[in-house]
Amino acid sequence: MKIELTQQQQAAQAEFRAFANGELFPFADQFDRDEGVPTSVIEQLARRKYLSAIIPEEFGGLGADMITYGLLNEEIGRACSSTRSLLTVQGMVSYAIMRWGKPQHKQTWLPRLANGQTIAAFALTEPNIGSDAKHIETTVEVRADGYAITGRKKWITFGEVADLFLVFAQGEGKASAFLIERNTPGLTTLPTRGLLGTRASRVAEVHLDQCVVPKENLIGGLGFGFSTIALSALDLGRYSVAWGSVGIGQACLEASLKYASERKQFGEPLKQHQLIQEMIANMVTQIKAARLLCYHAGYLKDAGDMNSTAETLIAKYFASSMAPRVASDAVQIHGGNGCGSDYPVQRYLRDAKIMEIIEGSNQMQQVMISRNTFAEYTGRSAA
Amino acid sequence: MDVKLKIKQFLARYFKDYNLQDDEDIFSLGFVNSLFAMQLVMFVEQTFQIAIADEDLNIDNFRTINALSSLIQRKLVVTG
Repeated sequence: MKIELTQQQQAAQAEFRAFANGELFPFADQFDRDEGVPTSVIEQLARRKYLSAIIPEEFGGLGADMITYGLLNEEIGRACSSTRSLLTVQGMVSYAIMRWGKPQHKQTWLPRLANGQTIAAFALTEPNIGSDAKHIETTVEVRADGYAITGRKKWITFGEVADLFLVFAQGEGKASAFLIERNTPGLTTLPTRGLLGTRASRVAEVHLDQCVVPKENLIGGLGFGFSTIALSALDLGRYSVAWGSVGIGQACLEASLKYASERKQFGEPLKQHQLIQEMIANMVTQIKAARLLCYHAGYLKDAGDMNSTAETLIAKYFASSMAPRVASDAVQIHGGNGCGSDYPVQRYLRDAKIMEIIEGSNQMQQVMISRNTFAEYTGRSAA
Repeated sequence: MDVKLKIKQFLARYFKDYNLQDDEDIFSLGFVNSLFAMQLVMFVEQTFQIAIADEDLNIDNFRTINALSSLIQRKLVVTG
């Protein structure tokens, strides 16, 4: 067994880190206040092929392995969780097309998703439906000229600016996935403001009123495709969020180390106080444990191992539970300064909370992890 | 290569104390959870070195041991 990055992965990590430090970190608080990652940042991500790093080189992507993709999510997430969430959704839709799209979908969309000409959003959640995804209320009507889709999607990351939506809808009890372009008649979006965290991630409601798409825009057939497509895309999303959570943890640690070294109380730096040392020790231990789980999930993904999904659930659950705890300690170490806008740790705490909810709430992760564990133990899985 | 034997070995992990018949509906028995469909697709791809595509994602291809076996045989002919 060997846990170490290849030279290529180390070089990629250094490049991601330099970009995050130079182009994102100094501005991320402003993006948060403005409630939007600016277009110029999205263009930079696209130029560097970070927007959808998993797209193969033949389609103009970076063709990154899953460990490198993870490192990218950590480094971007360390600087700006809202920007990292764009990598998540762009990655999920790209992955669905790479994995399950028809050849013409791949030819049409993958180069545009890779070069940023197309921004994508994953539209599953609805006003009445979150975890209970099999019971989505958006409907599909089969017509001679294609499918007509009607419904409302909510909490759609980058829905405000996306050009392409992967929409999940239901007809005759069978759920399916459809590619819907923004300019489709009947499609409108409504920005969501004042979010707790990842405020700059351009969250929107997506309204679909008899949006007609051609038959070839259906991905994966009616019915069975839904669970396979939604789950495989969410699996990648969870992997991205898990790494992004490690990034938040790392940002909290770095901010706390700096602050505890510089700030003096009772005539000595905070780092000399044992209760501060306890918090630092717990932070670094939890971050490292989360990162190792992410490495393991990534290793299994690169190996095409069928246990990778189950291990990704564990990585996402642990890393996203870790992030708010670590962020809360970072705010605590910063005291009053941690609550104000001069330091980024209050943003980290707000962003960290979101990680426990997105791409499947942690309660859903717990249920699935437990079921899988019982299945392994008894050889029979609960329904 | 005995395709059915490999499928049965895989499914035994989920149906250890149940004698699953070749024509029995795997999904109607209530033993499998939502991750199972994905694990099944990954198992088929990895074990038989075939690519399951968009058009194969029909539940009838995955419903029984017989259906899985004939899907795999068809794909092996195409790729082989």
